[in-house]
Amino acid sequence: MIKKRIIPCLDVRDGIVVKGIQFKGLREIGDPVELAKRYNTLGADELVFLDISATDTGNALMLDVIRKTAKELFIPMTIGGGLKSSEDISAVLNAGADKVSLNSAALKNPSLINETSEKFGSQCICIAVDAKWVGAEQDWYCYTHGGKKKTDIKTLDWVKEVESRGAGELLITSMDYDGMQQGFDHVLLSKIKETVNIPVIASGGAGNAQHFADLFLDTDVSAGLAASIFHDEDVSIQEVKNLCQLKGVPMRHV
Amino acid sequence: MIAIVDYGLGNIANLSNALHYLGHDVIVTHDKKELNEADTIILPGVGHFKDAMNRLSELDLLPVLNELKDKKPFIGICLGMQLLFEKSEEGNVDGLSYLPGTVKKITGSLPVPHLGWNQLDAPLPSLQGDVYFIHSYKVHTEENIVATATYEEPVVAIVQKENLIGIQFHPEKSGNLGLQILNQAIKGGFNL
Repeated sequence: MIKKRIIPCLDVRDGIVVKGIQFKGLREIGDPVELAKRYNTLGADELVFLDISATDTGNALMLDVIRKTAKELFIPMTIGGGLKSSEDISAVLNAGADKVSLNSAALKNPSLINETSEKFGSQCICIAVDAKWVGAEQDWYCYTHGGKKKTDIKTLDWVKEVESRGAGELLITSMDYDGMQQGFDHVLLSKIKETVNIPVIASGGAGNAQHFADLFLDTDVSAGLAASIFHDEDVSIQEVKNLCQLKGVPMRHV
Repeated sequence: MIAIVDYGLGNIANLSNALHYLGHDVIVTHDKKELNEADTIILPGVGHFKDAMNRLSELDLLPVLNELKDKKPFIGICLGMQLLFEKSEEGNVDGLSYLPGTVKKITGSLPVPHLGWNQLDAPLPSLQGDVYFIHSYKVHTEENIVATATYEEPVVAIVQKENLIGIQFHPEKSGNLGLQILNQAIKGGFNL
């Protein structure tokens, strides 16, 4: 039986793992290679590195991080953040990434999904979507720039489109639930699972182990992703897996 | 020396990383002489079946592979395993036909691709645990099966016929168990 995946997400800026703390900017928390290895030992099923560097130097440092991590980490690694072209994606994959996650670039140029899924294979193209409920329109819309800019694209239309264009996976972040630590957005995630038949990674809202169990019991998503609760050690991956297993959710044990 | 067949398809950096980590000497090549000199041949592959067959043919690798498959450990991984079989629905083309069986799109109610950690079903104690799969097509065969997984229906996970081995999942991305399986495959395999 296929296992539900637990995925820590690490934000990397200029080659260092940082974590966003609301209103306080960023704080360095460590060497990406060491953190990746630690998460591997702790039972992470996959790792996501989000490159939040704003400069070319920062992006080059990211490639170095990927190369170093890939030499010592033998679980899947997804890279997102700032990938704009087929060339960017190729560089990241050649450095050792297994998948890339595309967000704004895909919204801006949807044919990039066709082009890259044909070139590199659907399995390595994950489309990240920042979704937010717009009360006035009674629907979810896609946002860009870390949730700051609204687009005119409805989330459910977009996920259907990216599936038909060849994406192999979706990473859905609920902007309404992100950072609230009150649990995942089951309504949005269930709607998305009704719309597409590619695997979905849920993100936004995890505050404790029970939230992951609820997510997997309530929806058909394939994976749950979180950042701060794992980095702050509010909850351990093992704790999440033990509770999920106890509730009947199949988990991989290392 | 392990030779990874370089035919321009898929990301072989990580396979190479894993083999280095296990202490093996690795060469990534499509040079016939180098392939002939290697102790073990690994045929990797990510992407489209038809593209893969076209590339192998363009590089004139079919005769040398055909010869080597009878001579030394020969391991196909992911698409590289699928290529070992007779025919694929993906592009509707013939494969290398070293093993009996065909490759078909995964169907059913579960998401495609079959992506994630899935448990191996195998009698061998060394093959107990979860490994990382990511594929949309799967092999249909009745023979040479060493391990399967279940994704609504059975998925052929490892095959072996003498020195010829196929691994559908990514051993280089399957944690410690994956590395062990990769090493076991290189050292002769699973049922000899």
